[in-house]
Amino acid sequence: MTGRLRRWVPTGRTLVTSVPYLWLLLFFLVPFVIVLKISFSESAIAMPPYEPLFHWASDKLLQVRLNLDNFAFLVEDNLYWRAYLNSILVAGVSTLLCLLIGYPMAYAMARTSASTRNLLLLLAVLPFFTSFLLRVYAWIGLLKNNGLVNNALLAMGVIDTPIQMLQTDFAVYVGMVYSYLPFMILPLYANLEKMDLTLLEAAGDLGCRPWQSFLKITLPLSLPGIIAGCLLVFIPAVGEFVIPSLLGDPGMLMIGKVLWTEFFNNRDWPVASAVAIALLLFLVLPIMYLDHAQNEAAGDGDGEPN
Amino acid sequence: MHGRSWFRNLSLIVGFAFLYIPIVSLVVYSFNASKLVTVWGGFSTKWYGALLQNEQILDAVWLSLRVAAISATLAVILGTLAGMALARFGPFRGRTLFSGLTTAPLVMPEVITGLSLLLLFVTLEQLIGWPAGRGMTTIIIAHVTLSMAFVTVIVQSRLTQMDESLEEAAMDLGARPWKVFFLITLPIISPALLSGWLLAFTLSLDDLVITSFVAGPGSSTLPMVIFSKVRLGVSPDINALATILVTIVAIGVAIAGVMMTRQQRARDRDAQMALAANQQMIDSLKKD
Repeated sequence: MTGRLRRWVPTGRTLVTSVPYLWLLLFFLVPFVIVLKISFSESAIAMPPYEPLFHWASDKLLQVRLNLDNFAFLVEDNLYWRAYLNSILVAGVSTLLCLLIGYPMAYAMARTSASTRNLLLLLAVLPFFTSFLLRVYAWIGLLKNNGLVNNALLAMGVIDTPIQMLQTDFAVYVGMVYSYLPFMILPLYANLEKMDLTLLEAAGDLGCRPWQSFLKITLPLSLPGIIAGCLLVFIPAVGEFVIPSLLGDPGMLMIGKVLWTEFFNNRDWPVASAVAIALLLFLVLPIMYLDHAQNEAAGDGDGEPN
Repeated sequence: MHGRSWFRNLSLIVGFAFLYIPIVSLVVYSFNASKLVTVWGGFSTKWYGALLQNEQILDAVWLSLRVAAISATLAVILGTLAGMALARFGPFRGRTLFSGLTTAPLVMPEVITGLSLLLLFVTLEQLIGWPAGRGMTTIIIAHVTLSMAFVTVIVQSRLTQMDESLEEAAMDLGARPWKVFFLITLPIISPALLSGWLLAFTLSLDDLVITSFVAGPGSSTLPMVIFSKVRLGVSPDINALATILVTIVAIGVAIAGVMMTRQQRARDRDAQMALAANQQMIDSLKKD
């Protein structure tokens, strides 16, 4: 093959890269551009229910109508502000609870014998493979007024009348922590398992008490795992829809629910798009940071600079 | 020391109890004769019978299984290519964007992914007439996009752990890159591909939010049917359905686990034999 021809024939590498690349560009990146476009259009009673942004008024005149009302609407109506702030609060508290429960578990898993470790890892991953929806549903049966938890508390004599737990913020937090806990445990475990234990021995030899060496060595070294775990929980939790709709109070404001309602109940596609764009702007930095952190972790693995 | 191991065991027991009690409660109450899911009314399997007669659920199961099988297979192919590119090709033009595009779907709130894919499909239909309407095709595309990200992570991390010298040795002996891939790389990463496929399959079988956006009328998947039922409260046939799903998953994971352990053992044995042969050779050379 002559050199000039060869330049135009894609190499194997290019093919391997371009197939998934093109797929993600078309089905993941381009859609966001369309969401952005539709967030600037006007709602209409038609199918699809929005006015076109570009319009050929005559042969040579292209009219562009940018409608900023949707965003103005988001800023003015304090329902959206409250939904955003509440989502961030709920996601933040859930992330913290996951960390408080997940860290001791991951730590204990990483410090047991190799055979137990694999079994425990399997047990931690297994919930990933069982239906998320059904696991959230299980909590309805547990938390109802005549559910398992209330019945158990009544039988033990701790309470006299059932406590309202379902359709409260408490139920949402339980569901969130329950569903996202494995996402916290796995990166923490991967980090803690790799740790060089001789550092702890050295600290012990030099007179460090166990809790001191934990605070001064284990905790700082596991920081990348903590960050990855927190981001893996926090980012999807901000936009969570299923858990607040099944376990929470019907009036509970979460941005994922607001977007769903705008789209399915009000059929207002432009406002739903504006909500999505506003949420995305808030999440883009954490997502970029997560990608950066993951690349660093992958680079550590084989010492190969990527 | 004793105090600490006591604390570790406690955190493991409480943590895993928290993860598993709800699942166990689903299974136990699926055998409850009473319609009030949480009030015990004796042992019964009648809800399983009711489930098998519910055509709406059976149709949804059939659609979900087909979508899951197809999308998991496509996701494994695309995810393996992406994982290869990220783990083996070093820097290339557009790598940063590519790596970001494979990470973002993992954490992107599903309402955003679902809405944006739907708007893409609507726009494409207006522009080029494809996809005509929404249904199985659009659901499969959406699921592949979501789950290939998970497969990419699994394959990429397996490849970075893998000993590259085997691939290099094969290249030195004159194997073409594609031959190296099919004869060396693929067999070694096959457990990762299997767990990637299983994960993609379950993600697809389980997804509610993205699917609700991109499914057309008349194509309700299993999670959509379940969601519309449990919104109205607990219902015992859903418990029966959950039990069947949990059992299938447990069996599948157990089989995969046994297969992987066996492979690992065979590989360890091979490695030991190779080592022993090496040692023998060295010993015999020393004697000379």
